[in-house]
Amino acid sequence: MKIVVCVKQVPDSAAKVVVEDGKVSWGDAPLVINPWDEFAVEAALLQKEAQDGEVIALSLGGESAKDALKHALAMGCNEAILVSDPTLAAADSQAVAKVLSAAIKKIGDVDAVFFGRQAIDGDMGVTAAQTGRVLGWPVLSLVSVINSLDPSAHTVRVGRATEEGRQVVESSLPAVLSVGKDIAEPRYPSFMGIRKASRAEIPIWSLADLGIPAPAVQVHWPEIFSPPAREVVTELITGGSPEEIAEKLADKILAEKVL
Amino acid sequence: MDFALSEEHRMVQQMVRDFAQKEVAPIIKEQDRKQEMAAFILPRMGELGILGVCFPMRYGGQGMDYIALGLVCEELEAVDSSLRVVMSVHVGLNSMGLLQWGTEEQKQRLLAPQARGEKVACFGLTESGAGSDVAAIASTARWDGDVYILNGEKMWISLATKAHHALVVARTNLKAADPHEGLSAFLVDLSLPGVTTGDIHGKLGVRAGSTGWLAFQDVRVPVENRIGEEGEGFKIAMSCLDNGRYTVGAGAVGLIRASLEASVRYAHERKAFGREIGKFQLIQQKIARMVQSYEAGRLLYLRAGWMKNQGLRNTRETSLAKWFATDASFEAASEAIQVHGAYGYSDEYEVERYLRNSKGAIIYEGTSEIHQLMQAGYALGYREDAPLRCELPAYDAEFWQAE
Repeated sequence: MKIVVCVKQVPDSAAKVVVEDGKVSWGDAPLVINPWDEFAVEAALLQKEAQDGEVIALSLGGESAKDALKHALAMGCNEAILVSDPTLAAADSQAVAKVLSAAIKKIGDVDAVFFGRQAIDGDMGVTAAQTGRVLGWPVLSLVSVINSLDPSAHTVRVGRATEEGRQVVESSLPAVLSVGKDIAEPRYPSFMGIRKASRAEIPIWSLADLGIPAPAVQVHWPEIFSPPAREVVTELITGGSPEEIAEKLADKILAEKVL
Repeated sequence: MDFALSEEHRMVQQMVRDFAQKEVAPIIKEQDRKQEMAAFILPRMGELGILGVCFPMRYGGQGMDYIALGLVCEELEAVDSSLRVVMSVHVGLNSMGLLQWGTEEQKQRLLAPQARGEKVACFGLTESGAGSDVAAIASTARWDGDVYILNGEKMWISLATKAHHALVVARTNLKAADPHEGLSAFLVDLSLPGVTTGDIHGKLGVRAGSTGWLAFQDVRVPVENRIGEEGEGFKIAMSCLDNGRYTVGAGAVGLIRASLEASVRYAHERKAFGREIGKFQLIQQKIARMVQSYEAGRLLYLRAGWMKNQGLRNTRETSLAKWFATDASFEAASEAIQVHGAYGYSDEYEVERYLRNSKGAIIYEGTSEIHQLMQAGYALGYREDAPLRCELPAYDAEFWQAE
């Protein structure tokens, strides 16, 4: 069994993201593996352990994206591959999907591709679906549990967390899965994994290596701005009894037209 | 000279930071109030390999070096001292002693289950009447021709009620001309008949940790559990302290960092006289001192760790790192409370716990007074370290990482 997990390097969720001179900046906050992708790695590793498979972490990005891949290796992935090309700097999710698909084909014999449900920086949440579309494989989104994944029978059965409840679906393999946080708590890197990751030479594939031209970019960011700072005024409502305070509060809420 | 941490070290640091911040930080205040160690801490640290971080894989460890051990301690104590205390007694004082002085058979039989975290280990040196004056130890281990018969009581023992094994120093020769030479060391299985243990409550700090006593009444300790030769107990205890003190010093640096980070955060948040208080010079002075202590303390412990990696004797350097960082952590925590004003005086914020936790380390594993005597002794030429029959083995990546 061979699973590819796609991971992205993003600014830490605690970073303060601002726009400076028309560019997004997160100061000197660290870059980390996209937290959603950690769930995808965990899900893939659980499958690998259950049936002695292989998990390959794949990322598209600059040199710094190697850190996300090393994190995935330290968690227990067998291999990691970085796709990097200067022409991909402004790639939109569709362009990313085309590049990832080409890399997945180059890896070959892949039974399933796992994604986190979205990346916390762009928050598009469509790369998994677009990758499935480019590959021509079924896409199972919002996966909360994998009931079975059988490469020999070419079937996968998962539970999806929808707003209405849980839906159990089956599909053929190969397939693309995007997972949510119910799937399993991501493990910490192990000490052995850390040693392996720190020594790993991660291969870098260019578009030439993948044999594809630079994909056209359809989605652009014509304007980026920091959201206006919110003016917050705090007022403490006091009174002699809870009833009195509640009455004052209710009046205030009505006067402010909150309700 | 290279001051950069390796990628491996940075990843270890991050992994332990994530564990401590995610799993322990949210519950630590409650545990501290209850004066109880959370039940999951020891098994979880074992499962994650933290309890065996710096031991060769062939002895159940994780194959990391002594610098990694220091970094782990810094990260753990940045959340709570009780976590680092586990490293001090289980790893520094006990397991590293076995690595240094144990026979190959003892390393396989006794060290490996400890490094794997299956057996928790503590260290029984101090007695109610013997602290800095180690030679005053009254516990005895009498050879009866078959086993040693252990009698006595050990006091202020971290993890006394949690541990399965204790490294105990007791008197085997009542007639030794120099009382230091009448001591021997034993790895005692605490499930043996005649062993009783208990917790001590009402401590100033490290309330989320476990501190207690061990009592031995005619406990039959097999000869194969004697560590080192008869009469080597004092030397073994002192080399265990070289390792324990390293973890204490590195941990205290984590406490300084936590005090610094809390103070910086609060200095930005809190306003007085129309400005954030960070703008006031007297607040800045406190923050500057914390930065100075943090960085100096860090360099001192990393040097000691580097020396351990190289296999160089580091009694002096480790003592210096421990003395400096523990004193500085007390001051940093106290100043952090001052920065926080009245809020810092309540347990709404973390800094009052930092202060309470910092005091213990100024007393245990060599009081600050003992460390000053040691440093002066080295400088004046009154003290020098004679070579030991067994030195702590230098870190050898190949040996450590071979299964």
